[in-house]
Amino acid sequence: MKNDRVKKILLAVFFVALLSFPVIRTMWLKRKADKISKEKHSQILKRYGFYLQDVAKKVGINFTHHPPKLDPKVNNIMPIIADMGASVAVGDFNQDGYPDIYLTNSAIGTKNALYENLGNGKFKDIASQLGVAALNNQNGTSMGAVWGDYDNDGYPDLFVYKWGKSMLFHNDKGKGFTNVSKDIPLPKWMNANTAIWFDYNNDGRLDLFVGGYYKSNINLWHLKNTKIMPNSFEYAKNGGRNYLFENMGNGKFKDVTKQVGLMGHRWTLAASAADLNHNGYTDLVLANDYGVDEVFINEKGKYFKNIGPTSRIGFAPKSGMNVTFGDALNQGNLDIYISNISQPGILIQGNNLWVPQLGREQNQLTYHNLAEDLGIELGGWSWGAQFGDFNDDGHLDLYVANGYVSGKKKGGNNSYWYDYSKVAVGNHTIINDAKNWPKMNGKSLSGYERNKIWLNNGSGGFEEVGKAVGGKQVYDSRAVALADLWNTGALDIIVANQNGPVMVYKNTVAPGRHWIGFKLIGTQSNRSAIGAEATLFWNHHIQKQVVTGGNGFCSENQRRLFYGLGKNAKIDSLVINWPSGQYQVIRHPSVDQYHKITEPK
Amino acid sequence: MSENTITKALKRWIPIYTDKRYIAPIFITLILIAAELSYGILEGYPKLAAAIFASMGTELILGKLVTGKWRNLSSAYVSGISIGILIRSPMIWPYALASIITITSKYVLRYKGRHIWNPSNFGVVALLLLASNSVAVLSVQWGNNIWVMAVIWVLGFIIVWRVDRLHISAVYIISFLFFSLIRSWISGNPFLGEVAPITGPMYQLFTFFMITDPKTTVSSKWGQYVVPFAIAAVEMVLRLVFHAVYAPFYALFIVGPIAMVIEITWKDMQQKRAVKTAAT
Repeated sequence: MKNDRVKKILLAVFFVALLSFPVIRTMWLKRKADKISKEKHSQILKRYGFYLQDVAKKVGINFTHHPPKLDPKVNNIMPIIADMGASVAVGDFNQDGYPDIYLTNSAIGTKNALYENLGNGKFKDIASQLGVAALNNQNGTSMGAVWGDYDNDGYPDLFVYKWGKSMLFHNDKGKGFTNVSKDIPLPKWMNANTAIWFDYNNDGRLDLFVGGYYKSNINLWHLKNTKIMPNSFEYAKNGGRNYLFENMGNGKFKDVTKQVGLMGHRWTLAASAADLNHNGYTDLVLANDYGVDEVFINEKGKYFKNIGPTSRIGFAPKSGMNVTFGDALNQGNLDIYISNISQPGILIQGNNLWVPQLGREQNQLTYHNLAEDLGIELGGWSWGAQFGDFNDDGHLDLYVANGYVSGKKKGGNNSYWYDYSKVAVGNHTIINDAKNWPKMNGKSLSGYERNKIWLNNGSGGFEEVGKAVGGKQVYDSRAVALADLWNTGALDIIVANQNGPVMVYKNTVAPGRHWIGFKLIGTQSNRSAIGAEATLFWNHHIQKQVVTGGNGFCSENQRRLFYGLGKNAKIDSLVINWPSGQYQVIRHPSVDQYHKITEPK
Repeated sequence: MSENTITKALKRWIPIYTDKRYIAPIFITLILIAAELSYGILEGYPKLAAAIFASMGTELILGKLVTGKWRNLSSAYVSGISIGILIRSPMIWPYALASIITITSKYVLRYKGRHIWNPSNFGVVALLLLASNSVAVLSVQWGNNIWVMAVIWVLGFIIVWRVDRLHISAVYIISFLFFSLIRSWISGNPFLGEVAPITGPMYQLFTFFMITDPKTTVSSKWGQYVVPFAIAAVEMVLRLVFHAVYAPFYALFIVGPIAMVIEITWKDMQQKRAVKTAAT
């Protein structure tokens, strides 16, 4: 009998311990985070090697995004539908060596901005002066932009994609822009949310991919009916059409989408391109909302084959928002980071870091999701994300933008998650019609979320340091771009917020850490060198990077490649794999400076 | 071969013919395999394995320690697999923890010798309440495709009919539909939006496996009609007042043990009265 009582007591103690474990763990983690967030800049610099300060207004960047006001038929869920358009594209439009910033706005009558980097620490909006400001009108409003030198004249041209008629501008040697949209067979209307430049057939000319979100025949300002939403939360195929425009070399473009097998109708939110299977041709990765992501392998510039399901990247359906490449483990690989949705206690899709498997063979490319193992899975309602070495320690860190709709009301019963979760599991006839969705009435849906800054510790783990290093804003962030805005050897961060101000985070790195940067110039390859891969070898480290023409959600980083090196850096070599097929080796380049490297002719 | 011989052979080689305890494990395994192969509902096998092994391991250890016997593991297997499907977390520990809590609750939370909470329900709710930063519950759909849903529902009904639990599931579903109408009327939200949740896999697992669990459902027939109705009613309140996304789990968590305590107490009183009457 006594024995039984002891057993019962021990069992009860064990049970209480089990129930206490998650509570104690949460309290311990919170206490640790709070302690670090109270540290001073000098302590943070010592601990993490960098800190961030928002300097947007101080340097002359005073820009606020305004969302579109769409057809009142969808007033019940307007914030969910008018939820995108804040974008950032970095490009040195006047080739003065200082990165400039193009920002989009999305309400009719609002203006986009081109902030010229004056080189003295200040920026000036010259979009109106150069003719790329007043683009938001009855023909649609801006969702994003990408820079790409399509005519190889040395000056990046500008493509502005819209919900409406997108626009292509030729850069007139940094003095102005000419609207050349008539030279590209853009549809009269499409609801585009992504575009990237890349040379799909290695002819030395940049081609343009544009991805559709809402169906192309839907004008969101003048709806015929309310059946505009996805027909599934997991396998929707009633989204907008995708386009691939081939650059014909005479300033004209040709629609080759069908010919190359890219006629998708998923809800594409992001695209990025790199040669994943090392066959010399640039492949395409698409992040699709309401469905599976896609990996299109480029078969010698003739055709794209989707290997999404077999690669595992496109097997489980989620809410793909972003695609970005980065050698997260310094293995000489391009890992792929795709952001999704996570809301504690309600929906945990988790962001994915797809790392290529060793021993892969061409056309049998498979990936493992290591986001959980590395601690970079739980973002929030995640949008844009970028890899960059923020503290110059030789390991790529990660910035992830979070937050969907911050309504007038914050959380609890004022969260729209409850309503959203009811509709999300319904069958297609329920979901598809916006009128079946409960009214938002000022509620938030994953609103007031903080962005994440994950610091790579170099030994297979990341630590979230946003609260400590700065950049802890709670706007509904969308696009993130990285650039060394002041050429100081530190990657600064620009964040475009939906219905909010743009933030420019100036990065201060601890002294004694080295870096190196490269501006690649193609000769046989496209002049922007988009698609070129550069692998740096130093101090027994290896890191691969790729030049992209748009990367992440509605964003574009500086074209220059930037490597943090850590202390006492001695570089062995940089190996460049040009899109033309040429290899180039640069031996022992000097650290702490940018190098201009031209492709051998 | 005569029909009798075939039945004998089936009984010998297929456990479902001889022991009803194996129906649920087989059915839930089939659902899991079909869902994983077609829709990839699991993100990795280690998490599922953690849930199943933790559940079965805890059952073995606690069963031996507390009762002195090696317990049949079919129930623990169903609990483990349910946790593996229902819980969503980027970490492995919540799967193991939920399974261990699930099984331990059977041995700790007892009233007059019977456990009163549905173990999987207790495990899931405990994690949702205590570790909401780390877990969520299954959110995927069967592709939002009505035909796939229909097949699962038909199969589910056949199984619960086979184990004589069809009426419990049916009362719950009818009650849910009725209360959806009331919720729609009160909140002003579209009726279809209110009905939508029951078409998902989370509700299918809940309707076929949780509220029908023989060990934690009341034994009287009338009770088996009243309890699922009460669960649906409490669920409506939780939805309307607290906007609880996982209202059915919380509703079962509240109603289930109350119903069990009432029935056990009632039976106990009847028994005592009978003994007293017999003595006089």
